[in-house]
Amino acid sequence: MKLIGEKGVKRILMLTAFSAISALLLIALFILNEGLPFIFKYGVKDFLFSSDWNPHLGKYGIYPMIVASLWVTFGALVIGAPLGVAGAFFLTEYVPKSIMRIIKPTIELLAAIPSVVYGFIGVMVLAPLIRNNFGGPGLSLLAASIILGIMILPTVISISIDSIMAVPQSYREGSLALGATTWQTIHMVTVKASKSGIIASIILGMGRAIGETMAVIMVAGNSVNIPHSPLDSVRTLTANIALEMSYATGLHRQALFATGVVLFIGIIILNSIASVVLRKRAVKK
Amino acid sequence: MEIKLSIKNLDAYYGKNQVLKNISLDIPKNKVVAIIGPSGCGKSTFLRSLNRMHEVVGGTIKGEILLDGEDLTKTDPVLLRKRVGMVFQKPNPFPSMSIFNNVAAGLKLNGVRNKKQITPIVEKCLRQAALWEEVKNNLNDSGANISGGQQQRLCIARTLAVNPEVILMDEPASALDPISTTKIEDLIFELKKDYTIVIVTHNMQQAARVSDYTAFFYMGELIEFSDTKKMFTSPDKQQTEDYIRGRFG
Repeated sequence: MKLIGEKGVKRILMLTAFSAISALLLIALFILNEGLPFIFKYGVKDFLFSSDWNPHLGKYGIYPMIVASLWVTFGALVIGAPLGVAGAFFLTEYVPKSIMRIIKPTIELLAAIPSVVYGFIGVMVLAPLIRNNFGGPGLSLLAASIILGIMILPTVISISIDSIMAVPQSYREGSLALGATTWQTIHMVTVKASKSGIIASIILGMGRAIGETMAVIMVAGNSVNIPHSPLDSVRTLTANIALEMSYATGLHRQALFATGVVLFIGIIILNSIASVVLRKRAVKK
Repeated sequence: MEIKLSIKNLDAYYGKNQVLKNISLDIPKNKVVAIIGPSGCGKSTFLRSLNRMHEVVGGTIKGEILLDGEDLTKTDPVLLRKRVGMVFQKPNPFPSMSIFNNVAAGLKLNGVRNKKQITPIVEKCLRQAALWEEVKNNLNDSGANISGGQQQRLCIARTLAVNPEVILMDEPASALDPISTTKIEDLIFELKKDYTIVIVTHNMQQAARVSDYTAFFYMGELIEFSDTKKMFTSPDKQQTEDYIRGRFG
């Protein structure tokens, strides 16, 4: 330590911190630089709201992909958010703390499973199950929603648990001492006191669902169309980029970057909302 | 003299750690019983055993606690807590609720939903808790935005709304200023007409002022239990006298 000295350590740490920030800036600049000119050249309206995606004919409308991404994300939330929030309340309010301390890290391990493994299970197990029971191709909006719903569980559960645990025990005791049951206490006191953290957990889960690529490519079917039923095959924005980038050139390539711009902006908006919601809670305390 | 609560051979534990040792004590109806003793003597645990809040934080008890002759260690804790209310050391009104709804919360738990029924009871409880005059014009303000003393009286009003028979108070004035403390003490005096009150306090003057009977706990044991006047003038045990005279604890 003497060799470098306090100032040297500080400089090195500063350098690493700045490299993370500059990586973000560079990526943002690069994507915007590659994608934005295309969006304005092709026309914002045509790009976002036309359903015609035919790169070899020079048609670049990403509307079906936007709709598919929104539906897949919505589906993931319908499945993942109630399960995750309910699970978080169960673990904090009904299960002894000692057991919770084992279960919570276990759930967080779900996030450590590579997304390609989720996709693999989706293809091998979930898709045939859907095809045989409900019809359709199996690889579908529904399959993608279920897989993503499971993938966002660790985010939703872990952040929800943290915010529920942050509710002072005295609030709960005030309610229990009035003769409220645990369930009445949750719904009368704990939910309201931990609301902002729970909302933030759902928004962050949503960000994860929109951005997920590999698992979605494997289970969503990837045909470019506006879905009319949950059993239809869909292609999300992320899948579109990943599937075509390897062979795209020229305008096509720029159109994919422009798709990335749309995703990037969407996720930035979501994350900002989440951090504002979380900060509001911190100020209130 | 009618006995409201009769505690027989009560032991209480946190895990393997025994915090109450063989406590036996009768609490008379419509009287105020003060529990005194140094920190860690088990007085809060004793109080929290009486409405089974002790088990909420993972504690266990052995022995009998009879409420009107019925062993409350064997009844449903949810129903029990409607009969035995509790006011905590730190005022804990529900922060997301208005003053009105804080008091109404207990009524709603009992299934009273009709606003016409709720409103007069809320007023009555706030009057009983000597808070009505101070808050009657802003009943819709948040329960967390009034002063600490007012919050504590709000918590008392909330407890009264459930219409309990016994009220347990765990150092209800220790976080409050002297004026608020006086108000709470006056209130206790009023409330004992209708309720049986057990109050834990580390303030001996307070015990002497508000209670009819006093129990002195030390190291998890009940050292002495007697008429408050006697306790503070001529206690039977040397230990009690030493504590009251401020020689230890």
